[in-house]
Amino acid sequence: MDLFLTGTAHAFWLLLSGDPEVWRITFLSLQISLSATFISLLLGVPLGAFLALKEFPGRRLVISLVNTGMSLPPVVVGLFVTIFLWRNGPLGFFHLLYTPTAMVIAQVIIAAPIVAGLTLAALQQLNPKLRLQILALGASRPQLVWLLLREARLPLLAAVMAGFGGVISEIGASMMVGGNLLGHTRVLTTATVMETSKGNFDIAIALSVILLLLIFAVNALLTYTQQRQRPL
Amino acid sequence: MDAPPLLTVQDLRIQIDGRLLLTVPSLTILRGEVLAVLGPNGAGKSTLLQALACLRESTTGTLTFEEQRVDLRAPTLEFRRRLAVVFQEPLLFDTTVAENIASGLQLRGLAKALITEKVALWLDQLGINHLAHRQARTLSGGEAQRTSLARAFVLSPDLLLLDEPFSALDTPTREALLEIVHRVQQHTRVTTLFVTHDRLEALRLGNRVAVMDKGEIVQIGTAEEIFSQPVSETVANFVGIETILRGTVACQSDGFAEIGVAPEKRIAAASPLPLGTEVTLCLRPEEVTLLAPPAEGVLEQPSSARNQFLAGVTRIIPWGLAYKIHLDCGFPLVAFVTRPSLEVLNLRAGGTVLATFKATAVHVLPR
Repeated sequence: MDLFLTGTAHAFWLLLSGDPEVWRITFLSLQISLSATFISLLLGVPLGAFLALKEFPGRRLVISLVNTGMSLPPVVVGLFVTIFLWRNGPLGFFHLLYTPTAMVIAQVIIAAPIVAGLTLAALQQLNPKLRLQILALGASRPQLVWLLLREARLPLLAAVMAGFGGVISEIGASMMVGGNLLGHTRVLTTATVMETSKGNFDIAIALSVILLLLIFAVNALLTYTQQRQRPL
Repeated sequence: MDAPPLLTVQDLRIQIDGRLLLTVPSLTILRGEVLAVLGPNGAGKSTLLQALACLRESTTGTLTFEEQRVDLRAPTLEFRRRLAVVFQEPLLFDTTVAENIASGLQLRGLAKALITEKVALWLDQLGINHLAHRQARTLSGGEAQRTSLARAFVLSPDLLLLDEPFSALDTPTREALLEIVHRVQQHTRVTTLFVTHDRLEALRLGNRVAVMDKGEIVQIGTAEEIFSQPVSETVANFVGIETILRGTVACQSDGFAEIGVAPEKRIAAASPLPLGTEVTLCLRPEEVTLLAPPAEGVLEQPSSARNQFLAGVTRIIPWGLAYKIHLDCGFPLVAFVTRPSLEVLNLRAGGTVLATFKATAVHVLPR
């Protein structure tokens, strides 16, 4: 208990004193996970919308794959991204392993299926006749998709939160493809693991608290946008 | 009505998994008319409407709109933007009432000032000015349907398609909206296809009525024609003809037939059909007049109607403003009477009454 209290106290001191290393780690975490979330939206929302609106052979198989992708273990993603980016790997010539870019790639692979799967679900829960009504109002194809996404904006924001939550908190992939290099690829989760294993519980707690505050801040912002209207 | 056609379809068919949902060999909608499409649930009315709006992907056939061919499967955006559809469900967007009404205009990229002006006009026309800034999901059913109607009217469509827009509403709301749609239609003369399963609604709004059954248009004509001269028992049933009898022409002279409908019971009808023809007789309940039965020994005819039958009253059913009287004349017969008549005639189940109707009131269909 004592350990926890002194750890927490130290955590706040670290935070308030503005320790440059802690700030750098925090900033990098945010930068990597927000980039990954943003790219996941660019890939996942159109994929989810396509799966929701278009009939094609093999559609159910693709949907099952996306749904499976929603629970991809980060270590498995880490392993395969590492293999691909390895010096002699298929994409080794990019020299991306142990860079923040590699971490973004791994996190996109984790978050994109989550965003796609939840986008699909968000669109499928709309009244199917709404599609007809929108077409009947004279919408072009892109306008139709836009209006449907706008109608599904609440569950879509939940998809953003789930995607961000999935990557900001993952550790396996970041550790494997990033390597936890000081000042280069060290993020809050990998740093926490390292400090804990070294017995520096106060720093580990400080990093955890920062991580939680970060997740809270981002989600609070999204929730505020989502819940502007009164309860049902 | 000799207005030019606005829309013509030929060989319209929708087939899904080998099942034919809709077959319309030909249909014309005239400019400025209200064509009511009447039929029971599952008759294909909404399917027809969606096919005309090019909202059904598996539609085949040809559609001509203002003398221009329209590709039913890939209609141009320009064509689609000349139509407006109101469905049974209001299907509003999760925004304000005013934004909902503006939505179609925004899709067309109109200038903001123009949109505001048009929206204000239609908020006013539909009597929902006070709701302009309300969230659509907080509206009552009637308010939501007013919004949906305004969203369609504001587009000034060349063809307005209404898919049972009043079906889910309570009676006073339905009355109010029927009046509004009627007034707007009279004012704008917008060509309208009005799908309904309610024959009174069809009568009120429709210049012409098309009756559908099992994916086909079984009869199309003026409301008068449909309601007094149905072409089949199905149509007769659906337009509220209560007495439908089968019989055989037993006597024919000068365009008047006597039709045997039961042993010793013949009904006189204006029909040139020859002797021995198997027929169906249709008689609207409002055509039957009930009189007090003649006193014993009186031979004098109390009415000029050719058909007079002494009838037993089997059932009396309150029917809105009237009463529906089920009679047994040796064949079943249904009549409507008002409350005063009910009292004057002292009608009650088990009593006797004289039922009369004109030979010209009987509609005869060969079978």
